[in-house]
Parts: sequence; structure tokens; C-alpha cells
Amino acid sequence: MVRMATAAKHLLAIGTKKGLWLATSQDRQEWSFTGPHFFMAEIPSIGIDTREGRTRILVGVRSPHWGPTVAHSDDLGETWTEPDQGAITFPEDTGAALERVWQIYPDAESRPGVVWAGAEPISVWKSTDGGEHFELNRGLWDHPHRSEWGAGYGGAAAHSIVVDPAGETVHVAMSTGGVYRSLDGGTSWEARNKGISAYFMPDPNPEFGQCVHKIAADSAVAGRLYAQNHHGVYRTDDNAENWKSIAEGLPADFGFVMLTHPRREGTAWVVPLKADGERIPPDGKLAVHRTDDAGNSWKRLSTGLPEREYNSVLRDAASVDTAEPAGVYFGTRGGTVYASADEGETFTEVASHLPDVLCVRAAMVAGA
Amino acid sequence: MPEISILLPSVLQPLAGGQSVLTAPADGPVTVASLLDAVAAEYAVLGRRLRDETGALRRFVNVYVGGDEVRRLQGLDTRVSPGQEVLVIQSVAGG
Repeated sequence: MVRMATAAKHLLAIGTKKGLWLATSQDRQEWSFTGPHFFMAEIPSIGIDTREGRTRILVGVRSPHWGPTVAHSDDLGETWTEPDQGAITFPEDTGAALERVWQIYPDAESRPGVVWAGAEPISVWKSTDGGEHFELNRGLWDHPHRSEWGAGYGGAAAHSIVVDPAGETVHVAMSTGGVYRSLDGGTSWEARNKGISAYFMPDPNPEFGQCVHKIAADSAVAGRLYAQNHHGVYRTDDNAENWKSIAEGLPADFGFVMLTHPRREGTAWVVPLKADGERIPPDGKLAVHRTDDAGNSWKRLSTGLPEREYNSVLRDAASVDTAEPAGVYFGTRGGTVYASADEGETFTEVASHLPDVLCVRAAMVAGA
Repeated sequence: MPEISILLPSVLQPLAGGQSVLTAPADGPVTVASLLDAVAAEYAVLGRRLRDETGALRRFVNVYVGGDEVRRLQGLDTRVSPGQEVLVIQSVAGG
């Protein structure tokens, strides 16, 4: 095990099916690793909270034997803390039990201590103490559509949470159910899927029931979000009232990943996969695609990626950092992790032969 | 007072202060559920590893009383007598 440099600037967290690996770097070229942490437990969700001058790593941990939990570390993984009673546990009256934490999402700088989580069974949670204790969002839990929501192959979960840093709007995406929007900070929720196809349903344009794989907000344009759907890539410019296809120019409209630039308008990344039935990069050629004009055109980015890759990239196995230029990171189900320090123009392999990569998160270390 | 012993697998022992055997005083038969309640009161994280928040035994956690897995007996209502051992064993599963 390599001990981490104390003055590292960049942190890369890799959640896999059999543990967590952490890497630090001064320059995003050379990385020092520790791990596996939580060996033999899967790590499907990671949140890196760099607010208030502190780097807190939050992880969703799930052991097939011993169940799910949430742990956090304030010392880059040297030690981990798990609240005795569990950070996320369903209230008794729900009769439900936590299966898996799919998403950990630190809120905006202006709301320190607030962390959101998405989980299976389909649920959204909010913490106001930095992720040590979460409360179930009752508005979504009691939503009248709940009985009609379904399960994707990986389970029935709320996997995407996007919070407006300047207001009270929250968007959630679930598989399957689609996009839900709250305009009041999460008190009430409405389905917002107009324009997103659900080709696998008798009515391909239902109010809800879509299998939206990932959503992400444009950091510079209020009300603009992007969605990678179960076939279909979309954008909304009106806060999810209407979605329109931006898949033209991509080699495939299937995939799981949707990333947006931390500052720049109109910039997003996807990792296309061939199809529903053949979940591999098109022709086995792995490439990231980036738009710089909000999806009107796409640029294929594969420099540094292998000629052949038959593994898929899962919805949370990709991340951007906030450095300049932005870094782009992703991992495959074959256990390889790639990093780009130039917004995807060139990639280098930073890890290989790991277990299936489930979640990747990158951040600049607070205070470094 | 007579005791009931709860034997833990090595992977869970760090959650019980390194102990491989926990003991619970009992002057008569008690249910497995009440034994696990007592374990959770003392070692909360260990309790959550064995049962979910509804109180159900996790799917791949097996608890044996008198050589029988409690799911083949009366589940968590299975009664354990003083002097008996309760074995907690992870099932053979995973990949």
C-alpha cells in the first residue's frame, strides 16, 4: 500500500464491486493509491464534500452478507466512521429496509452540511449534518405514482439527484419512473418526462415510467439539464417541462453516463454503448463524446483509450473534477480506470484489473 | 445466572470489541430475536449487520440453534435455553 501524500491536490475515489480505492495526485498524471478499503463490499456510491475547508469522503457500502450502510472519512481514508444507528435507515412505519445507496450528492456551497442521497428502494434522503444522519423525503416516498414505478435491471432506485444551487428546485431521476421535479425543496414532486421516449411501454410517451439512466445540470444555464436515457439523449431548457433529443451525431443513443462541465455552458460528456441488447462500446471501440454546444454537435474523444473494449461503463462510474481545465474520469466493468486532465482530449489509464467499477468521483482536495 | 453464548464469525468480531463469543445471562428460555436485541443494544453496528431495520434477519446471515438454522425452526421466535450456543455464520454466497 502506498501512503498518501499529505499535500495532495487531487483526489480520485473508485468504488468497485469488491471495495474502494482512493488515489491522490499533485498533477493528475501520477497517482498514489490506497486500498482496498471495505474489502469485499461493493461501493456503489461516493460523495466528496469539499465545503467548509474540509474534504469528507462519503461512501455507500453494501455487503451481500451484512447489508448496506454509509460511512465517511475526513482524513482521505485513513479512518472511517459509521454512525451506530446507521446514516440511512427507513422509519418503522414504512415497513421498508434499505437495500443500497445509489447516490450521495453534497448540496451547494451556500447550504453547508446539506447532503442528499438516493437509494433503493426508490427513495430520496436529506442530511443537514454532513451526511452523518439522513431523513427520508416523505413527499417522494408517499407519491401516488409509487406503486407503478418499476425496477431496472440493477434494482429500483433513485440514482440521480440534481439540486439548483441558487433555488429550491430539485430534480430526481429513477429507474424506472423517469424524472421527477420539486420546486419547493423536496416537499412535493411532479413527473417531468415530456419528450422522453419509453419505447418499451405500450404508450411510448407516458407521463412517467421512463428509464432515465442519468441526469446532470448545465452549471452555467439555469433550467437546462441533460439526460442519458435507456435509448435517447436529451436536453431541456425549461427546467424539465420539455425534453428534446440531442442524440444526433452520436454513434449510439444508449448509455449510462451523463456529465456536465463544472463551469462552462453547453459542455457535457457521454459514453455511448451500442444498444440495449449489446451493451458494449459501438464496434468494441471505446470513446467518450463531448458536446460544447449543448448537444447540437458531438466530438469523439478516444486518444489514449484502448483499441478494443468490450466492457460497459455504468451510470456513476464517471466523474468530472473542478480543476482548470476540467478533468474527466471513468471506469469500466472490466476494472480499468481512465483519466483525462484536459476535458477528454487525451486519456491515460490510471488503474486496471480492479473489480467491476461501480462509481468514480474526483475532486480537488480542500485546503491543499 | 446461567448464560447463552453467541458465537461470531471472525469477520464480525471487530464490531464486538474483538470478542468471538458474546454471553447473555438468562434464567429461562428466550427468543433469538430478544438475544439479537440485546446484541444490538450493546453493539449497534453489529446488530445492523445481522438484521435490517425491519428486524428481519439478513438474507445471507444464518443463525443456528442446537445445530439447526432458525429459518427451519421458528425463525427469530425460536427459543434458546440457558446453556445453549447460538452460532452466527455467513452463508456460502457471493462471487
